Amino acid sequence: MSALDIEALTVALPPGADRPHALRGVSLRLDAGEILCVVGESGSGKSVMAMAAMRLLAPGLRVEAGRVLLAGTDLLALSEEEMRRVRGRRVAMVFQEPMTALNPLMTVGDQLAEMWRAHTDLPAAEVRARSVEALREVALPDPEGALRAFPHELSGGQRQRAMIAMALALEPEVLICDEPTTALDVTTQAQVLALIRDLQRRRGTAVLFITHDFGVVAEIADRVAVMQHGLLVEEGPVSRVLEAPAHEYTRRLLAAVPPLRAPAVRRAEAGGAALEVRGLTKVYGAAGLFRRRRATRALDGVSVTLKRGATLGVVGESGSGKSTLARCVVGLLAPDGGEILVDGAPLPRARAEAAKLVQMVFQDPYASLNPRRRAGEQVAQGPVAAGVPRADAAARARELFELVGLDPAAVSRFPHEFSGGQRQRIGIARALAMRPKVLVADEPVSALDVSVQAQVLELLRDLRARLGLSTLFITHDLRVAAQVCDEVAVMKDGAVVEAGPVASVFADPRHGYTRSLLAAVPGREAPGLGGGRPAPMLSPAGE
Amino acid sequence: MNPWRLYLRSPTAVLGALLVLAVAAMGLLAPLLYPDDPLGLAGRPLQWPGDNPRFPLGTDPSGRDIAAQIFHGARVSLLIGFAATLIAVAIGIAVGALAGFYGGAADTALMRVTEAFQTLPNFLLLLLLVAVFGSDLRTITVGIGLVSWPPVARLTRAEFLTLRTREFVQAARLQGLGDAHLILREVLPNALPPVLVYASVVMAVSILLESALSFLQLSDPNVPSWGNLIGLGRNVLRTEWYVSAIPGVAILLTILGVSLVGQGLNDALNPRLAGR
Repeated sequence: MSALDIEALTVALPPGADRPHALRGVSLRLDAGEILCVVGESGSGKSVMAMAAMRLLAPGLRVEAGRVLLAGTDLLALSEEEMRRVRGRRVAMVFQEPMTALNPLMTVGDQLAEMWRAHTDLPAAEVRARSVEALREVALPDPEGALRAFPHELSGGQRQRAMIAMALALEPEVLICDEPTTALDVTTQAQVLALIRDLQRRRGTAVLFITHDFGVVAEIADRVAVMQHGLLVEEGPVSRVLEAPAHEYTRRLLAAVPPLRAPAVRRAEAGGAALEVRGLTKVYGAAGLFRRRRATRALDGVSVTLKRGATLGVVGESGSGKSTLARCVVGLLAPDGGEILVDGAPLPRARAEAAKLVQMVFQDPYASLNPRRRAGEQVAQGPVAAGVPRADAAARARELFELVGLDPAAVSRFPHEFSGGQRQRIGIARALAMRPKVLVADEPVSALDVSVQAQVLELLRDLRARLGLSTLFITHDLRVAAQVCDEVAVMKDGAVVEAGPVASVFADPRHGYTRSLLAAVPGREAPGLGGGRPAPMLSPAGE
Repeated sequence: MNPWRLYLRSPTAVLGALLVLAVAAMGLLAPLLYPDDPLGLAGRPLQWPGDNPRFPLGTDPSGRDIAAQIFHGARVSLLIGFAATLIAVAIGIAVGALAGFYGGAADTALMRVTEAFQTLPNFLLLLLLVAVFGSDLRTITVGIGLVSWPPVARLTRAEFLTLRTREFVQAARLQGLGDAHLILREVLPNALPPVLVYASVVMAVSILLESALSFLQLSDPNVPSWGNLIGLGRNVLRTEWYVSAIPGVAILLTILGVSLVGQGLNDALNPRLAGR
């Protein structure tokens, strides 16, 4: 008997959207006691499906046809009052961002207790006892203390555990998880995935797990459903889908997942260091005149060397100091100690001088371009400020657009007319326009869908081969690091714990932290993922 | 969607634009329809509207044509509104942009000055300026501008504070571009929409401030402003109430128009918030 039955669900998008339907005739069955992963890229409609099942669709979206049966009852036909009794009690949900899903002004205990207060009339003492028990079950250390804590006092992983405790408080038949581990670090993600799996086994809950990450699918799923543009393209047991994908789109998605194993031999580059960082220190929040804050050593004596023409990966979890390092290297942050040498000379303080030496590619393709200025202008403005005649700079911008795989005529378009992957290409063109000695890429692909990510990585590899770029590549994703980096430096708490050629570090990690990072990469042992073949090129500029 | 088309889709926004255009048309037509001095003696004082076909809106206690004063007053009100708003927005953007972009000591200094202006009720400050510098039209316009800029500065500063840390600003900084470029080309265009919307509030308040000054007979007595007319009608309010009521309605409709334009701009420039 199935726990949740989605029958021919069609959800209409508001007029003027890029397609008429968010979901078109999607039918999906979730059995009791199984974990069904719904995989797809952004815009595939996977989250809309979850929200439609909860009847929490964003304004403007409308269910046009279909039914959502919970143990035989059509949720879409219930009154608002009846639906409120279903939510939380029979179907619960865990969201992506645990900080925004929890009320910052209420203690975790109060928010957890609301579940029982809203749905049952248990006495206060009993509610409290059950709250402690619920937090103990999700393996929060010191559950009594966590009850009194406010959300900001917990770490991201602890918050997500509290969210899961809340969702499971009333033992719902169905748990919907919408990218619950996407905002978490890789080691925390591994723990939370293990927790969900464990609780689901013990209680026999049916879990609808939405994710974009095939690694996560390999870790947790019993069955997989693949979605594309609002259609269900493939469905089946996890081993079958990963090993023998039937649909062309699934095959392309799987091929785009970068393998964790680095290609063994990569050309050894002669020549000196393009960038040398020696004993770099950065302290945040030092005591000022009016405030006393605990000082955090974001960088604590970091030394790394980037060889000319090579790519040095800096990997680590959030808070490891890798982004601080990138910002110090390009001069956006002033370090408190140590040296940064570009081509053997210290980075000049003058902005216009430093611009010719180091350039940066940013993480967020939407925030890194000025929405009110033409794409070509933003690429050309740097050279113009450096004294290049306007016409030459504009011509160079068109050349660069071609180089990064964009239509040269697109220079006169505004950023919102480009897709995320195309915007990231513009960001790369903007950095290259200054002909820098060192390119710093701060998580350049982590905001992109996996197939687009593969294309941008391919572009970066191609540019390195053609232009001999020296790149400092910041990433939290070890799979990505394995694909583009020659050498890798592993950072933890502001210090480099291990460094060396990527193939040897990944094959034979020396430091315990490196080993735990590698062990936490989801799906590292899954067949079908990480087969060692390079990601194929898709159409160059599309998404 | 194009902001203009969004604006034109809202009936109240179009109504506001029509009201403002009507007032502007009155001001433009005034010299053609009433070529004589509107402050000159025209006939018997205190004739009710409609009593005498020569004076469709009647005459005031001094025997001047109210219709002529309303038409000429439209020029004065709009002129003061636009000029004072321009001054207030210019000062406000300059102060807010510098404070928000540089932060630190510059921010502290500029914001303390802003607060010093805000702690005084702006009408009292205006009275003070008029008492010291006199009450000709130019002084009053500049005075209104000088007391109205602090909210604009605060709004601009808040926008700059969030925008200056955006990646596209950092990217431009890394391209070696100077602060002037960062402020004027990168941040300001993105900070402008809420400031433009607020400018309509400043304009409405400017018109009201001038009327309030005139009502106290502290405005320039040599220009035919709506506020002056209301002030003249004060003594005959219980019998010939139309003397104050007619310019009052003119002020009401003008400010309604300006406010509706501001609301329409807000909805057109922030389409995500409209209709919520």
